[in-house]
Amino acid sequence: MKPPVYIAIAVVVALLAFGLYQGLVVAPTEQTMGDVQRIFYYHVPSAWTCFLLFFINFVASIVYLFRRTSKADAIAVTTAEVGVAFWAVVIITGPLWARPVWGIWWTWDARLTSTLILGLIYVSYLILRRFASGGQTPVLAAALAVFGFADVPFVYLSIWYFRTQHPQPVIGGGGSLHPAMWHALLYNWLAFSAFAALLCYFRYQLERKQRDVEETLALESLMQGSPR
Amino acid sequence: MSASTPATPAHPAKITTKLINEKVIIQPVIKTPKVLLATLMKDLRLEWRSKDAINSMVFFALLVVVVFSFSFDPTGDDARRIAAGLIWVAFLFAAVVALNQTWSREIRNQVLDAYRVSTAPANDLFLAKALGNFLFVTMLEVVMTPLFVVFYNLRVLGPAYLLPVIALLGTWALVVNGTFFAAISLRTRSREVMLPLILFPISIPALLGMVEATKIILTGESSAKFWIVLLAVYDLVFTTACLALFETVLDAE
Repeated sequence: MKPPVYIAIAVVVALLAFGLYQGLVVAPTEQTMGDVQRIFYYHVPSAWTCFLLFFINFVASIVYLFRRTSKADAIAVTTAEVGVAFWAVVIITGPLWARPVWGIWWTWDARLTSTLILGLIYVSYLILRRFASGGQTPVLAAALAVFGFADVPFVYLSIWYFRTQHPQPVIGGGGSLHPAMWHALLYNWLAFSAFAALLCYFRYQLERKQRDVEETLALESLMQGSPR
Repeated sequence: MSASTPATPAHPAKITTKLINEKVIIQPVIKTPKVLLATLMKDLRLEWRSKDAINSMVFFALLVVVVFSFSFDPTGDDARRIAAGLIWVAFLFAAVVALNQTWSREIRNQVLDAYRVSTAPANDLFLAKALGNFLFVTMLEVVMTPLFVVFYNLRVLGPAYLLPVIALLGTWALVVNGTFFAAISLRTRSREVMLPLILFPISIPALLGMVEATKIILTGESSAKFWIVLLAVYDLVFTTACLALFETVLDAE
């Protein structure tokens, strides 16, 4: 690894530590929920980062369909994988927060349900990548990514309408956020985005190297002539 | 170019024949609707003779009805609410049976490769396959709906004339994406497993639309307008996406 990478790692660790400090110490304790509410500073930034990564995945897939560059496809894999990892953080921290506050682990509320389904679409994208064979994987995956992204408005609209038709537990919304809470939230978002960027960088490098290895192996077997 | 051409101008008649010849070559040999109709009729004829898809779909849907009847009380007052979801889940699962068979026939004897090198427009092939599946699944629904009515004692309390509209829009939503994703899962290992894995997450909004619209009409509680519009827009968007991307997926190598 080159020196800039070490610096980037140091910056990300510092940002995460500062975010943690902001969330645990500086931000005031929430009146009704108490300290449990502090999970908010990890939960919401993870969600925002995950949505951002899914959006980049869509853009990279479109670029791949038009340009057919290996880089665009590598970015698409990277962002989908890291995005699903952050989505898992959202889905795990959500129930941990909900249980003490709402008294239930999960509710089929609009936001929860649509986030769950959005993640499922990208999990199916990763499964397709795993199962597709050979050189056609990028094209098939890019097509599915376009479909998945086109589905997002339908998922949100349908589930929002479906759930607001019925009585539902009231979620946190309504009240305004204390400025210190906003600060903690935004610092953590910055830290999480930087963390995601770092993860993406490593995953991207790995993907590129893997492809180089595959290419070299294919070339070597071609040069050696007939297979054993 | 000018060096090789003879100094004397060509005879007018000669030029026209040449032009006509070129035109003949440039023009697609097979015209657009012909490919669509030929493929569709071929599939329908094959299905008419073998009855593979429709038999397995009907039996599968019947099994779903019977199996689900154990998981809740089908005679209760809630049956009407649950039936809508049950009907569509049964149709969705059964449709996957037909969708998985869509392209498998074309792989044998490299028919799909022949399609790729031919001048036949790819989208016609896609539309023919989607229409074929649409007809099969519609047939399944026509056969199965009376059975559902009998088994779950259904009575429609809302405007019943909307039910066929919902059924047609919903079926197309399932089938158009299903046909496309079947073409994707064709290129994967264990392709029969792959299709539902990629089809179901994307179909959730459409499925929700069908189930809710049907439930509203069965119970006559409110207006199903939102869901019908949602289904129509969903159909429009995904049909466009399928037509835009099918050739890319077909030619993927």
